[in-house]
Amino acid sequence: MSDQAFVTIKNAAKSYGTLEVLKDINLTVQRGQIVAIIGPSGSGKSTLLRAINELDPLTSGEVWLEDVQINKKLPHRQYEAHVNQVRQDIGMVFQHFNLFPHLTVRGNITLAPRMLKGLSEADANKLAEEQLAKVGLSEKIDEYPSRLSGGQKQRVAIARALAMKPKVMLFDEATSALDPELVEEVNLVMKQLAEEHMTMIIVTHEMDFAASVCDRVLFMDQGVVVEEGPPSVIFQNPENERTRNFLRKHLSR
Amino acid sequence: MGLDFSVVPGFFGVLLMGAGWTVAITVCAGLLSFFGGIVFAVVALYGHWSLRWPFRGFAFLFMGTPLLLQLFLIYFGLIQIGIDLPAFVAGVIGLGLHFAVYNSELIQASILAVDKGQYEGARTLGLSRGQTLRKVVIPQAVRAVVPPMGNNMIALLKDSALVSVIGVMELTLAAQQAISRTYRPFEFYLAAAFCYYIVNLALEAGLRRLERRIAASR
Ligand SMILES: Nc1ncnc2c1ncn2[C@@H]1O[C@H](COP(=O)(O)OP(=O)(O)OP(=O)(O)O)[C@@H](O)[C@H]1O
Ligand SMILES: [Mg+2]
Repeated sequence: MSDQAFVTIKNAAKSYGTLEVLKDINLTVQRGQIVAIIGPSGSGKSTLLRAINELDPLTSGEVWLEDVQINKKLPHRQYEAHVNQVRQDIGMVFQHFNLFPHLTVRGNITLAPRMLKGLSEADANKLAEEQLAKVGLSEKIDEYPSRLSGGQKQRVAIARALAMKPKVMLFDEATSALDPELVEEVNLVMKQLAEEHMTMIIVTHEMDFAASVCDRVLFMDQGVVVEEGPPSVIFQNPENERTRNFLRKHLSR
Repeated sequence: MGLDFSVVPGFFGVLLMGAGWTVAITVCAGLLSFFGGIVFAVVALYGHWSLRWPFRGFAFLFMGTPLLLQLFLIYFGLIQIGIDLPAFVAGVIGLGLHFAVYNSELIQASILAVDKGQYEGARTLGLSRGQTLRKVVIPQAVRAVVPPMGNNMIALLKDSALVSVIGVMELTLAAQQAISRTYRPFEFYLAAAFCYYIVNLALEAGLRRLERRIAASR
């Protein structure tokens, strides 16, 4: 089970005009694996992550989730239906949470399951309660996002993504916008997901977190994966000069 | 002759009835302008060109010509092509569409101001464009636009006096009727003004409550 390719990225390339943001990237993530993507600002980490769920479609290359090609070329209507379908299996957590401010926590969590999976109100409520319990925010179910701290907002955003029962979770600097004292509560939730063997791809600037949670670390720079390997190797014994330089700056902080 | 307000209570029922019609037409036209404004905004921003262009012309017509003329056109003009609307309905349509065009301008701007992260959050969950618009973007755009749209509603209430010209027995026409019977324009116009003022106060209070209620959800 564990050496089965789950998320596959083949020859991924992406340009904005003449700017090549991703250059021939290949990546295979196995079921239950947790992969960290690190690298300097502008290296293409977000772009790669957002290519996985077609938020930023690739210029060329393929993205697969199990045996489904996510970035299939299809006529417009079919393409829309296809991405709407595959995105249900791919949870994503953003730096700025992107909670819906006009809905309560409950509304945020139940919106998609109700609309897309046809859950009854009672089932959707049960689902919201379960997911909130998981992130430790049961008592906030009827609050509006504006009344929550950053850490709480991010935990709700995670609960909202989990409520769709995704096969893989993508995190794009989930803790970067948080006050330092709120980072840990979000990290704890992510660690808990790791223990449950959720497949995760995590873009992060927190090297300690990546080292303690992830199975593999990818170091990206200027649109390429410079080096990858288990955290023990990447963090303690990196081969590449660019990796070493980057880590010198980031580990010393 | 001096002022004599003692004639007013005798027409209290007439004025009250007129105020009732004013409220009715304001509520109906207000609802039409609200929902119409949303539909127009969506058409203007996302509609197929075959819808967008006629809408442009239509919006230009409603913003660039007097409301009074529009009411005449809808009530008297349409009869010629076989559409004979009751005065109240013609009034609601005229006022409602006129203000729908103004509301649509506000809502368009506020749809465009919704954070890109909101679309991404929704689309990432698997919601379609349409679902995202309906459940995430428009509700937020409408909330953001409640204060300026409230001003439009107050303008609508005041402009509802214009439908008196097509014979809707609302407050202004009711006052005129009382005047034609008593020859006391000052007293009755003042009484009517007072009634408008009261209705306006109620409307403003309602709008403030609405603003407070949505404050938490923004
Ligand atoms: N919509 C866009 N149009 C043009 N260039 C873009 C666009 N989005 C991203 N880029 C460019 O692509 C490059 C990679 O951006 P990306 O956001 O993937 O970097 P990142 O590694 O996530 O950086 P950070 O750590 O700052 O989040 C950058 O040079 C960025 O300026
Ligand atoms: Mg980024």
